[in-house]
Amino acid sequence: MTRWLSCLVGGLLIAATGLSWAAAPAEVKIDNFTFSPAPLRVKRGEAVTWVNQDDIPHSIVLAALQVHSHALDTNGTFVYRFDKAGVYNYICGLHPAMKGQVVVTQ
Amino acid sequence: MNTERRDVMRCMTWAGAAMVWTVAGGIPRSRLIGAAEAATSGFSFAQISDSHLGFDRGVNPNTTGTLQEALGMVAAMPDKPAFLIHTGDITHLSKPAQFDTGAELMKTTGLTTYTVPGEHDILEDDGKSYLNRYGKGTKGDGWYSFNAHGIHFIGLVNVVNLQGNGLGALGREQLEWLERDVKGLSASTPIVVFAHVPLWIAYRDWGWGTADGAQALGYLKKFGSVTVLNGHIHQVMQKVEGHVAFHAARSTAFPQGVPGQAKGPGPMMVPPGDLRTYLGIARVSLVSSSAPLAIVDTPLAG
Repeated sequence: MTRWLSCLVGGLLIAATGLSWAAAPAEVKIDNFTFSPAPLRVKRGEAVTWVNQDDIPHSIVLAALQVHSHALDTNGTFVYRFDKAGVYNYICGLHPAMKGQVVVTQ
Repeated sequence: MNTERRDVMRCMTWAGAAMVWTVAGGIPRSRLIGAAEAATSGFSFAQISDSHLGFDRGVNPNTTGTLQEALGMVAAMPDKPAFLIHTGDITHLSKPAQFDTGAELMKTTGLTTYTVPGEHDILEDDGKSYLNRYGKGTKGDGWYSFNAHGIHFIGLVNVVNLQGNGLGALGREQLEWLERDVKGLSASTPIVVFAHVPLWIAYRDWGWGTADGAQALGYLKKFGSVTVLNGHIHQVMQKVEGHVAFHAARSTAFPQGVPGQAKGPGPMMVPPGDLRTYLGIARVSLVSSSAPLAIVDTPLAG
C-alpha cells in the first residue's frame, strides 16, 4: 500500500513537473504596490491570475477591455482569460499610478 | 523642554488618535487633545480619519478597538466639541458590516458626524454603499457644505475617477459646484475644507495629493482664513501657505511609512506596544488670538 501510494505521489509529481514545463502558470504578483512581472507574456486563450500579496487592497482595471475586477483583499485573486492577441495595459483602480502590461501573442 | 510640551508628548504616548481644532478670531488652530491647556472657551470640533474597519492583521488586528478608543477620547474631552468630522476610509473594503460598525461607533459620541469617503469606502456598487448610509443630502459623489459658528465647512470628494497619474481628483462638476458654493460668502468668513486625499501635493510618487486641488484652492483665494483637513497618509503632515493651513491627520487604525524612508505607502509595522503612539485624533479650535495662524508640529514620540 505504502509503495503504491509513493508511486502514485511520484507519478503526480512527474505529471505536475511536466505540466509546469508545458505552460508556467501565468501569474502576476502584487507586492509593495508593484505588479510583477510587467509586462507578462502569454499566448492567446491563456488565463492570467493576479494575486495580491499586499496588506492593502488593489484592483485590476483593463481599460481597453472595460474590465474592472473587484477589490482584492490580501491573498485575493483575479483571473482573466485573454482571447485576442494584443498589448493590454492595466492599472490598479485604487492606486492608478500602479501600472502593468500583458502582451498576448498568437 | 517646557512642562506643557512634555505633557503633550506624554499624552501622545497613549492617545488613540484624534486632533481637535478650535477657531477664534477666524483663526483655526490644531492641537493635540489631552493637553492640559486644551480647555478653550471657543468653538471646537474633532477630526478622526482612516479607521479601515475590517482590517485585522499585521500591525493592528483590532481596528474596531482602536476606533473605539479614539472616539472615547473625543467623548471625554472636557470642552465638548461641536461635532465630529471623519475624513474617509471609514472601512477597509466597503462591506456593509464595516459601514454599519462605523456608524454605530461614531453614534456613541453623541456628536453629529460629518464624513467624506476615502477610496476604500467606494470599492463596491459605485459608492452606493457609502452614499446610502453617509451621503444623505449631499451632491454628486458625496460633496456638500454647511455653516457652523460663522465658519463655512466644505466636504469634498477626491477619490472618484482617479486618473493614471495616481493622484486624487475632484473633477469638473465638483469644482464648478465649489465655485458657486463660495461665491456669495464674504472674504472674512473662515473656511474649513475637508477631504480624504491631501488637497496639496504631499508626495507625488505615492499619489499623496490632488491633481486639480490647486484649482479648488484658487476659488478660496479671497478668504482670509482657510483650513484644509485631510487624511489618507496616516501621519501628521502640516504646512501653511499664505492664508491657507494644510493639515493631514493620523489614522485610528495603522501608521503608514514616511515618504523618502519607507519602500512603499502600505501599513507600517511597529512594535505592538508602540502602536498607539502612531494613531491619533485631532481637535480643531477657534482660538481667540491675533497671532498669526499657528499649527504646531508635534513629534509622534519622544
